[in-house]
Amino acid sequence: MNAPPPPTVFGSLERYAKGRVDVIDDDPKNYVFSNVFEVAGRAAPYERVAVAVNFEYVIEAVRAEGASPWYVAAHDEFALVLDGRVTIELVQPARAAELVAEGAEGARRLAAAPDGRRMGRVVARRGHMALLPRRAAYRFTGEGPGVLLVQTLRGPETVERWAEICQTA
Amino acid sequence: MAETTREVETTIETLPPRDGSGYRAFRAGPFTFWRDAYFAHVDWAGGTHVLPVDAFLRAMMRDVAWGFFYGVVNFDEVLGTRNHYGEVDVFVGACNEAYRAAGRDVTARFRSDALMPLFKAILADWTNEGFDPFAAPDETGAPWGPKRGSNLEAVERRRVTARRMVGLPGDTPRRSDAAGQPVNRQFVDVPQDEPEVDVEPGFEGEVSAFNLFAYLSRSDVTWNPSVCSVVGESLFCPTTEEFILPVDHGNDRVEWFLQLSDEIVWRVRDRDTGRARATVTMRAGDIAAMPADISHRGFSTKRSMLLVWENGSPKIPELIRRGEAPKVPVTF
Repeated sequence: MNAPPPPTVFGSLERYAKGRVDVIDDDPKNYVFSNVFEVAGRAAPYERVAVAVNFEYVIEAVRAEGASPWYVAAHDEFALVLDGRVTIELVQPARAAELVAEGAEGARRLAAAPDGRRMGRVVARRGHMALLPRRAAYRFTGEGPGVLLVQTLRGPETVERWAEICQTA
Repeated sequence: MAETTREVETTIETLPPRDGSGYRAFRAGPFTFWRDAYFAHVDWAGGTHVLPVDAFLRAMMRDVAWGFFYGVVNFDEVLGTRNHYGEVDVFVGACNEAYRAAGRDVTARFRSDALMPLFKAILADWTNEGFDPFAAPDETGAPWGPKRGSNLEAVERRRVTARRMVGLPGDTPRRSDAAGQPVNRQFVDVPQDEPEVDVEPGFEGEVSAFNLFAYLSRSDVTWNPSVCSVVGESLFCPTTEEFILPVDHGNDRVEWFLQLSDEIVWRVRDRDTGRARATVTMRAGDIAAMPADISHRGFSTKRSMLLVWENGSPKIPELIRRGEAPKVPVTF
């Protein structure tokens, strides 16, 4: 009789086991190694902390807790929920061009809820990926603390604190 | 370091079997490839190299499926390819310190669209019925013995490439039992629930979400990143991994790994010499860059989910040609 497969291990804010870089002949900082649950656990709600960067592109780790500000970007973004349950509301702003310029990179925080037409809503749990369409305003609401990743470009909301989040020795 | 220019080789041909095993031989410039019951052989004037045929076929499968990928695809510590985006090198010893120091390394350059059909022909001819070079060892038959049928369905799989996001109308579909994509034996505990999506009329192509982990749990291949979401040239390429990455991938640009589940241990070496540089142990939630001057090989005991993040910008090959591509993504 075959043994059952070992359980699949996902991480969470409450439970994660961080690995590490064991250097043989290198600088550990070259690997920019961090853990997204650790980063989100130490962040303020909806700080968009870069955990990966590749030229103008970034991956942001976000602690999803309560309601976020409203955001909009001139390009698509994607949100991947890694922990918790997160509701994403989407609105087509009446004056999107005034909120974010064509070609602008990264998300812009809006001062207030946008006027416009409701596009829909996504309720996402661990492993769920949602499109944040270009020029759509969006807001996250986390039920309890959760973690999501955002695939986007570096923008004014992106927080970079590599020395604090990465293995340095 | 800027790249070297080379003459392009044009000799590419299929040859009769070399022995009684029934497998064809193939020539690409100075190299002759042939296989017997257990091994793949590469001969050239003044040298020969041998490697187990299962390792060779698993590596060749990735090189073909990935279109020579980014940078160097080392089949082992001697044989490999280096992508120049339009042209590609086949080499022995070019990333091996001992071969290079002794002046025994040999490199030949080909047009990519000329070499690829030959590599596909090798893969098709040398893969026996029942052996799937994309599958984990526990999920496939053996490649050994004399020629015995073929497995074209396995070796001609196409890499999944979403244009915007999996599940959007007209884009790569989600996976399901109905489509013949059952949950893998090692992911039976992965929830298959889908997100709740409430769409106002007119926004069906904009308000969309899917269960990425369920999608990955139904992958029938290992070590084969597939594009699932696209922001400009930023490509999320998740994949499922089990056993050993069949190639030692030598980067020519930074790539990123985000461990979504379980654990992978990465053996990291200097790309050009093969000298050991680091061991990177990644568990769920860990994220790390692989610098542009290393090669890496992953080991995953439990089938795991890995998000490979690539930048497919067309400006990067030109930076590589000029020797100006950054080795690390950020300094701090």
